[in-house]
Amino acid sequence: MYTAQQYVKAQSLQHAFELNQKRSTTLLAGGCWLRMTRRKVGTLVDLSGLGLDTIEETGEEFVLGAMVTLRQLEQHKALNEAFHGLFKEMTRHIVGVQFRNCATLGGSIAARFGFSDLLCALLALDCQVELVGAGRVSLEAYAKMPYDNDVLARVYVKKNGRRPVYQSMRNAETDLPVLAVAASEKDGQVRVVVGARPARAAIVDEPLPLNAGKDELEAFCAAMQRQLTFAGNMRASEAYRRHLANVLTGRCLAALQEG
Amino acid sequence: MQVTITLNGKPYTAEAAPDTQLLHFLRAAGCKSVKCGCETSGCGLCTVHMDGKPVLSCSVLAAQADGHAITTLEGLQAEAEEFGGFLADQGGEQCGFCSPGFIMSVLAMAKELDASATDQEIREYLAGNLCRCTGYQSQLRAIRAWLAAKEGKAE
Repeated sequence: MYTAQQYVKAQSLQHAFELNQKRSTTLLAGGCWLRMTRRKVGTLVDLSGLGLDTIEETGEEFVLGAMVTLRQLEQHKALNEAFHGLFKEMTRHIVGVQFRNCATLGGSIAARFGFSDLLCALLALDCQVELVGAGRVSLEAYAKMPYDNDVLARVYVKKNGRRPVYQSMRNAETDLPVLAVAASEKDGQVRVVVGARPARAAIVDEPLPLNAGKDELEAFCAAMQRQLTFAGNMRASEAYRRHLANVLTGRCLAALQEG
Repeated sequence: MQVTITLNGKPYTAEAAPDTQLLHFLRAAGCKSVKCGCETSGCGLCTVHMDGKPVLSCSVLAAQADGHAITTLEGLQAEAEEFGGFLADQGGEQCGFCSPGFIMSVLAMAKELDASATDQEIREYLAGNLCRCTGYQSQLRAIRAWLAAKEGKAE
């Protein structure tokens, strides 16, 4: 468990941003992962009073506040209807309900965890993040950025007809994923994202045709294996992860082809 | 810093350090049903209700709970006793260490699921509560019988 010398409830996003410029400051979203660390925090800045715990729908997009909990994402009817249950599927394996009532979207995305189900799944959609300092940035670019002192405020998910699916492999039901693959189809082209390799989720450069047969899928997987890095850790070896990436990609494609 | 919560329906104020976990704040307030188990947010032993929703009190700071309503097993004695009877009937409590957290999750689940819930839905809801004695079958039977009894369909 970390220690903190001071607890401050941010009065505004700008206030949080200013406080976060000090190296000894740490932002507090859900706090679920932070509590696993032994960090010595000077000032803990709680973002819970900023009204960032809402999910709003406009004509073009969903606006998800950074403090929306994983459980909210899992249960939100309109969000799950619009994206074929993706938000439920990407969250329901994460520990338990009481954990998902604490952990937040912002905490998971801003940390860009190498095991993150959320980052992997959302990269399959067309998303942007709103940063207090840098403004709106595509999630794809944000996923590659180094950590800085900016504050993630919201995630925007475009409603543009992308049809996503999500597959993950775990050693035990509520454990972190050994590997995760998300895919989404639009205009006959499939975007594939691979996460928990264990490294930040990344989009495969080459698109996969929706009507790909066995040979095309094999060629795509070979290109994916060349592009992405995989590694071994206590959960799985590099070789097993590489094998899983091909298997889960095939399953995602099959699910999309079945409709 | 001073933290004020509504604890089991009554206002409660006490001093807490910036990094005091709600778990320890509640135990200091006399709520000994709230137990410290895994320290990794994985066992569900410290489950309490915050504004009616189950949360892990080991992952929430006392400061974050300021102004919120917290309910522990001590505040749900009648409901807990009723379900506890079904749990005992099915041999679902055994060593009993996980029971407070488990019962808090079941009582929260009953607000969202009814007797028509599938075994899979019940298992998924309670996946965050670990029990090393029972293998979960007796607990599942107890929940099924309790939900049926609540709806007047005694099994």
